[in-house]
Amino acid sequence: MKRFIAFVKKEVYHITRDFRTMLILFGMPVAQILLFGFAITNEIRDANIAILDNAKDHVSEKLTHKLLSTGYFKLDSYLQSTDEMESTFKKGKIKMVIIFNKQFGEDLTKRHSADLQIIADASDPNTANTLINYVQSIVRDFVVDLNRGFTAGVRIEPEIRFRYNQNLKGVFLFVPGLITIILMLVTAMMTSISLTREKELGTMEVLLASPMKPIQIIIAKVLPYIFLAFLISMIVLLLGYFVFGVPIKGSLALLLFELLLFVLTTLSLGILISTVAKTQLVALMMSVMGLLLPTIILSGFIFPIENMPMILQWISNIIPAKWFIIIVKDIMLKGSGIEMVWKETLIIAGFAFGFIMLSIRKFNVRLG
Amino acid sequence: MNAETVISSRNLTKKFGSFTAVDNISFEVQRGEIFGFLGANGAGKTTAMKMFCGLLQPTSGTGFVAGYDIYKESEKIKQRIGYMSQKFSLYEDLTVNENIQFYAGIYGLDRKRIQRKQEELTEKLQLGEYRNKLISALPLGWKQKLAFSVAVVHDPDIVFLDEPTGGVDPVTRRQFWDLIYESADAGVTVFVTTHYMDEAEYCNRISMMVDGRIEAIGSTDLLKEKYKVNSMNEVFLILARNY
Repeated sequence: MKRFIAFVKKEVYHITRDFRTMLILFGMPVAQILLFGFAITNEIRDANIAILDNAKDHVSEKLTHKLLSTGYFKLDSYLQSTDEMESTFKKGKIKMVIIFNKQFGEDLTKRHSADLQIIADASDPNTANTLINYVQSIVRDFVVDLNRGFTAGVRIEPEIRFRYNQNLKGVFLFVPGLITIILMLVTAMMTSISLTREKELGTMEVLLASPMKPIQIIIAKVLPYIFLAFLISMIVLLLGYFVFGVPIKGSLALLLFELLLFVLTTLSLGILISTVAKTQLVALMMSVMGLLLPTIILSGFIFPIENMPMILQWISNIIPAKWFIIIVKDIMLKGSGIEMVWKETLIIAGFAFGFIMLSIRKFNVRLG
Repeated sequence: MNAETVISSRNLTKKFGSFTAVDNISFEVQRGEIFGFLGANGAGKTTAMKMFCGLLQPTSGTGFVAGYDIYKESEKIKQRIGYMSQKFSLYEDLTVNENIQFYAGIYGLDRKRIQRKQEELTEKLQLGEYRNKLISALPLGWKQKLAFSVAVVHDPDIVFLDEPTGGVDPVTRRQFWDLIYESADAGVTVFVTTHYMDEAEYCNRISMMVDGRIEAIGSTDLLKEKYKVNSMNEVFLILARNY
């Protein structure tokens, strides 16, 4: 045990003295989550719009009021005629113009139908689409309100609610994804590099010629990295929680358990890489190209798996991170317990077991 | 095997696939001896040494180190030996003191003994002002001397040195050998591989390896007499050519 502690202490020196790597390891997650949280978002707030109200009756005023009270839109100006539309668009100040026809209210009451024109600046098609969807759903709501009290015919109004992430915040998805990527980075990449470094320096031979058993060496080497991985995950969770309100609805203990399981998988992947790679550079390339890139692309972190071609969907099943992201999302956002995620947990446990066995065998083969 | 024999091997062989790296070597080393393991690059010196250190399993033959079987008791052997690799094996981002602490630590020395060793070593190597400096700040010669001292920090019975003097100047090499003599005087058996033939003169006995086999073994005087030459260099050339 004393030997083990001496070893871990040495490993901690290595890690803490490498200031640049520490900066990257701690700075990157923080920068990423802030970026993902603030900058990259599908949601639009306070879009500037202009309104051309030709009716100026109480119905059009009511609808205008309703539109502006949602927070999605901000009134830039009231236009007086369609001629002003072009120039206002060109000034680049507004994203959308809403035009009420003359006799808007009258049409509604007499003909039970009225026209509302929406013109959007589609030079950014995504934004235009999103804004139009907002208006449509607001108008639909408005009509339902108007119809209250009438029993004219049967109609089905779909009422849509987004559960577990009501405001469709992108950061809700990025927090579980980011934790996954960081765990891979810290555990797989860092351990593979630190193990190959010992090989490159020739110290591995000296260690193996010492009374330390290979398994002790490996455990002592990866232990600080497990701790580091947990620490950084906690930082991401806390940032997500306090800055962006990403909830942790399920049990934290279960989340940590799953974290540990996943870390075991990625650690053994790192050890596996170190048995193959001869230099630190090779280990780095292998971790980035062989682990990190497929994980980012195929785990569902950035690109939805459902939209992939069948063959890629099939391949995504062998990416442990895919299952881990599902678990983390379910626990954090839905509050799922083990009874909901046992299947994914079992899959990851299988990966962990398989890779641990494989890496131990590989490591021993190298000795023999 | 008498009581004074600390390393012995009989027909020890190591094959990698169809390639025979070490071919039927048999020899004995006595306690306190400085035994030189000579040969060209790729002659099988390092492979043979790794088998004695428990880093490689032999293919056939027998071998004993410090009285323990190299097949079954490598864990016990590892307690009794020190090992210094070709690359000095110190951690550059750790200080002198921390390196000593670490290596003494993994051999299970207690804190008091580690502290005493630190004092002793820094005193002996005159590293006082460097003790809290990183290894990367040390000149090569000192790194090497420290690496040797660290390899014997746990007072092993035998120390294996794998080409320890690569890349240093003759003066430093001489100082390094003074350290080796000091350890040998204290009863440590030194098993050293080298391809510097002049270093062979420093050894009590040497074995000359050519293509995995031991072609000659004995004291340098004996070998020079046997082949009727003046230096070990010539002995080496004769043996390597004869083959």
